[in-house]
Amino acid sequence: MRIFKLVGLLVLLALFIAFPQIFPNPAVTTIAIFALMFAAATTGWNIFSGYTGYISLGHAAYFGLGAYALALICQHWNIPGGYQPFLLVPVAGLAAAIIAIPLGWISLRVRRHTFVVITIAMFFIFQLLAYNLTSVTNGSIGLGLPIPISWGGNFYNFPFYYVMLAILLVAIAISWWVRNSKYGLGLLAIRDDEDRALGLGVKTGPSKLAAFVISAFIVGMVGAVWGYYVESIYPPSAFDANFDVALALMAFLGGLGTISGPILGALILESTQQYFTLQFVSSGYYLIAYGGLFLIVILLLPRGIIPTLSGRWAKYQITRQQGQQGRATLVSVLPTPGGGADSAERKEGINL
Amino acid sequence: MSLLEAQGISKSFGGIHALDMCSISVEQGSVTGLIGPNGSGKTTLFNVMTGYERVDGGQVSFGGRPITNAPPDKVFRLGLGRTFQLTRIFPRLTVMENMHVAAQRTDLKGLFSRWSSTDEQKRALDLLDFVGLTSLKNLPAGNLSYGQKKLLEFAFVLIAEPKVILLDEPAGGVNPTMINYLTERIRTLNQRGVTFLIVEHNMEFVMGLCSKIMVMHRGTKIAEGAPAEVRANPAVLEAYLGD
Repeated sequence: MRIFKLVGLLVLLALFIAFPQIFPNPAVTTIAIFALMFAAATTGWNIFSGYTGYISLGHAAYFGLGAYALALICQHWNIPGGYQPFLLVPVAGLAAAIIAIPLGWISLRVRRHTFVVITIAMFFIFQLLAYNLTSVTNGSIGLGLPIPISWGGNFYNFPFYYVMLAILLVAIAISWWVRNSKYGLGLLAIRDDEDRALGLGVKTGPSKLAAFVISAFIVGMVGAVWGYYVESIYPPSAFDANFDVALALMAFLGGLGTISGPILGALILESTQQYFTLQFVSSGYYLIAYGGLFLIVILLLPRGIIPTLSGRWAKYQITRQQGQQGRATLVSVLPTPGGGADSAERKEGINL
Repeated sequence: MSLLEAQGISKSFGGIHALDMCSISVEQGSVTGLIGPNGSGKTTLFNVMTGYERVDGGQVSFGGRPITNAPPDKVFRLGLGRTFQLTRIFPRLTVMENMHVAAQRTDLKGLFSRWSSTDEQKRALDLLDFVGLTSLKNLPAGNLSYGQKKLLEFAFVLIAEPKVILLDEPAGGVNPTMINYLTERIRTLNQRGVTFLIVEHNMEFVMGLCSKIMVMHRGTKIAEGAPAEVRANPAVLEAYLGD
């Protein structure tokens, strides 16, 4: 089983690597870049919000910070367009992460709804700063990033595609490590009952802050590559409230707190949205199609795609086992010491 | 020698004095009961001793070490575990994952180790076996029955091998067979050297299990002694039956 899984993942990776060679058309690769961008950012967001249950609607601040950081670095050091700015992407991510430390420390003093509101407020503070700190950000005129003049035609999108893919892989690796480590188990325990986790020796404060900073780092790197790709950044485009909502929606669609859910959600939503925008841009029908898709998902898969499907798969496995071994096993699968007959209690959803 | 000691603890919520100069001590290796009418401050005392509430006055010490107002994670790491009156487990984690939450390690190796490393897996399985939940290990803990949740909470506190366990109404809302099962488990652990402090309203359970009983009323301790002594104490009868 493990071998099959590994081979499957390698084939998937090979497909992602080969994708721009098979579809070199810039219209297609542009959609792919945006889809990968959201997949990486949502995976980063999920490391904090998905695992701890603290829903942040302010990660667009770190996206913008990453973009502005890269623009400022390139400006000050006169970095020419080409491969060099990509090397500075981790630096931009680090800048976003460092700023996330005090902000996370402050906002994580509160929980649930209050936390959501505070993250939104912090996001708007950064948008306002970008507008008004004109000496640094150039205000609403925005900042330009170096333009890679030597890249032309179909090739232009290729470096951006592969860098986005690399960031996505890094984000997945971190997400996987967190999900399988003791540290990540502590985060999941925080999601279910924070005070109980604290009473079992989980250092809840530092754990939450670390997850917050890790996710800001990833989202910051994504923002930096995005800034380089779009060439010039403005306060409303770099600090975009829709970006926050998009991250949350994509993670919910795929399955909050899973590794593959946010990736799947982002790839589906962003590529369909980009496609609809291209196809029906004049008519505005794309918004209806997008909304319709969303309603269907909420009606049929309220827990998100991955948890719903894996739940059904587990159920199917159990019924198949029962079919093979008869009803006797069902009884032995569920013994109750003392015979507690309470009905099973289900708790789902997020920490709200 | 007393292992866990609270001296002159006071705690008010607004104008209500939940604890009023309350002092208790728990002997090493004992099973001590803590009883009293509803609202007498038993759970507040637990919360204060385990760091969930800050004291207004007084000291708590554990093994001779002051732990007054220490945060819950530190108290737990020192070896003082507890369960809650309204059982608190992690409903969306599996039973096995629940077991591993308490087995945190603070060093760098802990950061990079997978929670399902083999030796810890074995210890968790042993403990699940001890409380009879082995066959449910892969179920989400939220799907367990109330009694099973109580056993799970008991088991995952044990994984960190605490020296003292505070049990808050372990027998509340649990059927008699399960209560006997729990009594037997507590006795076994006590023989292995674990100290217990138990809050419980089920008198049969407390009187049968505990060597010493303390009685609280209106935020302070009014009596203590062997079960028979406490039962005959007029102050205790008065507290329960009213004056």
